[in-house]
Amino acid sequence: MLALISTILAQIDQAESGLSAIGAGLGYGLAAIGPGVGIGIVVGNAITAMARQPESAGVARTTMFLGIAFTEALALIGFVVFILLLP
Amino acid sequence: MNVFALDFPPVSHLFVWPDFLFTDTPVALNKTGLIYIAALLLTAGLFWAAGRRRSLVPTGAQTVAEVGIDFVENSIIMQTIGPDGRRYLPFLTTLFFFVFFSNIFEVVPFIQFPANSRMAIPLALALVVWAIYHVVGIRAQGFYHYFKGALFPPGVPKALYILVAPIELLQILLIRPLSLAIRLWANMVAGHLLLVTFAVLSAALWGTLYVPAVLPFAALILLTAFEIFVSALQAFIFTILTAVYIGGSLHPEH
Repeated sequence: MLALISTILAQIDQAESGLSAIGAGLGYGLAAIGPGVGIGIVVGNAITAMARQPESAGVARTTMFLGIAFTEALALIGFVVFILLLP
Repeated sequence: MNVFALDFPPVSHLFVWPDFLFTDTPVALNKTGLIYIAALLLTAGLFWAAGRRRSLVPTGAQTVAEVGIDFVENSIIMQTIGPDGRRYLPFLTTLFFFVFFSNIFEVVPFIQFPANSRMAIPLALALVVWAIYHVVGIRAQGFYHYFKGALFPPGVPKALYILVAPIELLQILLIRPLSLAIRLWANMVAGHLLLVTFAVLSAALWGTLYVPAVLPFAALILLTAFEIFVSALQAFIFTILTAVYIGGSLHPEH
């Protein structure tokens, strides 16, 4: 009886670590959607600006990196949660 | 852990190093600490070597230092603060080179560990930046005008201030330093994990006659080049965000 209970407990333990692995993977995937779209928009518009006004490419590039840094922060927080959730 | 049926070292083994000098004392040293000391000495040594014999036609270390100072002045300070930001040039240049040197150890053979993938120093640097932009703002605008300008940005409808003011307060007190530290730290962690994953894959497939085994090795070489780019980019972003925050405290929005 005791052996049975301990095997059941061990299985529950395993199932829980499996669930947290699934949660970690799903969480990072969901967190990457928004920043992915956002960085695409930032870089796309920066390229449009550089193509229209090549003489202001320097300012556009600096601002583009700033925009990327702010957008990327969300994806990185998702990545941190992913590491924290790993079993 | 098990990735593609390979033995993958657990994440903690990749980032936690045992102490090997002065163990069991408060000044115990491990690999991370040594890399930071090396980065400090490299930064100081570069500028010491550059300033020792100044010549009109720069050579060696002087070239590197002059290119770095010129880059920080023209691409960071002039684009974000303006001419009155020149007095922050020494601080921002040192910050850029220190962060860059401690990142670049990620791809130095036999060391291959980005020191900034431990949270302590990124957080300490972010707190230094946090203190500096508050002090600069309070000295330039006065306590009342600095916080009024930061919490109640002009051009927002009056009723929205109920929402905007708490968010802005949280932003300047908590979110700015935390996001600065997490951005640097998480980028370095991600880069190190990426390199380790492909190194483990290549090592497992090494020596087999399986032809696609060259693919992870090729990816490892490409990713190493990419990580050199990321090291420089993260140093640049850390410095430019510092400059943006200092510029924001120096010049209130109108």
